[in-house]
Amino acid sequence: MAADIDNVEERVTQQAAQPVPQPASLPETAPARVSAKTAKVGQQHPIKIYLQVWGYLFVLSTMSYLVDYFHVEGMLRWGLIVTFMFLKAGLIVAIFMHMFWERLALIYAILVPPLCLGTLILLMAIESDYTFWTRIIFFGKGP
Amino acid sequence: MTATTSTETAHGVPAAAGLRSLAADWSSDQEVFKQVHWGKAMMWIFLLSDTFVFSCFLTSYMTVRATTTVPWPNPSEVFGLEIGGQSVPLLLIAIMTFVLISSSGTMAMAVNFGYRRDRLKTTLLMLATAAFGATFVSMQAFEWTKLIVQEGVRPWGNPMGAAQFGSCFFMITGFHGLHVSIGVIYLSIIASKVARGHYERKGNYEVVEIAGLYWHFVDLVWVFIFALFYLW
Repeated sequence: MAADIDNVEERVTQQAAQPVPQPASLPETAPARVSAKTAKVGQQHPIKIYLQVWGYLFVLSTMSYLVDYFHVEGMLRWGLIVTFMFLKAGLIVAIFMHMFWERLALIYAILVPPLCLGTLILLMAIESDYTFWTRIIFFGKGP
Repeated sequence: MTATTSTETAHGVPAAAGLRSLAADWSSDQEVFKQVHWGKAMMWIFLLSDTFVFSCFLTSYMTVRATTTVPWPNPSEVFGLEIGGQSVPLLLIAIMTFVLISSSGTMAMAVNFGYRRDRLKTTLLMLATAAFGATFVSMQAFEWTKLIVQEGVRPWGNPMGAAQFGSCFFMITGFHGLHVSIGVIYLSIIASKVARGHYERKGNYEVVEIAGLYWHFVDLVWVFIFALFYLW
């Protein structure tokens, strides 16, 4: 990492001196040499990893179904459901959608904006609590 | 993120590692998503916007469910199936979940075989994915029919409980089903182009991965709908 910091300036100058890059994978313009390189760089992983993730997703789905089947209730139910949900979502995004191997610039550009949904959910939770108690107080318990 | 340390930029300049690469990419004044096909970056940005659409649906579902003073219908019973005179909870939904996960598995392998230039396997796996997707939509059509005709669920009310149940259900699963249907058409088109050797001539199979991104997103959304609507 220390060596990295040292040559940052040099690297930036070097990058700035480069000609405007042809998008390496633009099909119309890509010469054979470039596309050969793209083929090397393109996402290539052993088939085994997909089969493993497939298996994990099956197991996780079965477990979340069993939560319902055995009528697990209360905090345990919600905890398990949400845990399995996020594990499955993580596996799909990281492995199937190849996010794990993408550049950090893309990962942050895609995964950071959804975090602001937490604010929306929090605000709506507060608001719905208010609406619920208003209905109870002024309209009584349901029609 | 050990994988990012070994990557290089398109011109052989060694890329910085970790957060420094993030700063370098965004400040490079050329292109941000280096070595990422523009179509792939655009698909990701579209999927990000779609994430917000579905999040708005699910958040509004949370809101109406939390505000209603009438009990919410129990999805476990509403979506149960009678098998041999015994009611099995959520059976159809569980099968739909497994069908969609399987379609995601075949799609991931199709992308992999695409990059290996294996046209036949790519085409067959993509068609299998589309077939799984069509199966999913058919089962959803069956579920809707059962709910509307037998259970009498309408967007404005139902005999089981809170009136908002129907509108949330039809809106969320309907929009998801629309995504699956569009995905089936999209995958069929790309699969036929793969079969005809369109991408062989161009020497670039990234289109398959982009289609795969869309398909995995559809599966991803179902993960959230399954957990938050059917199991909650």
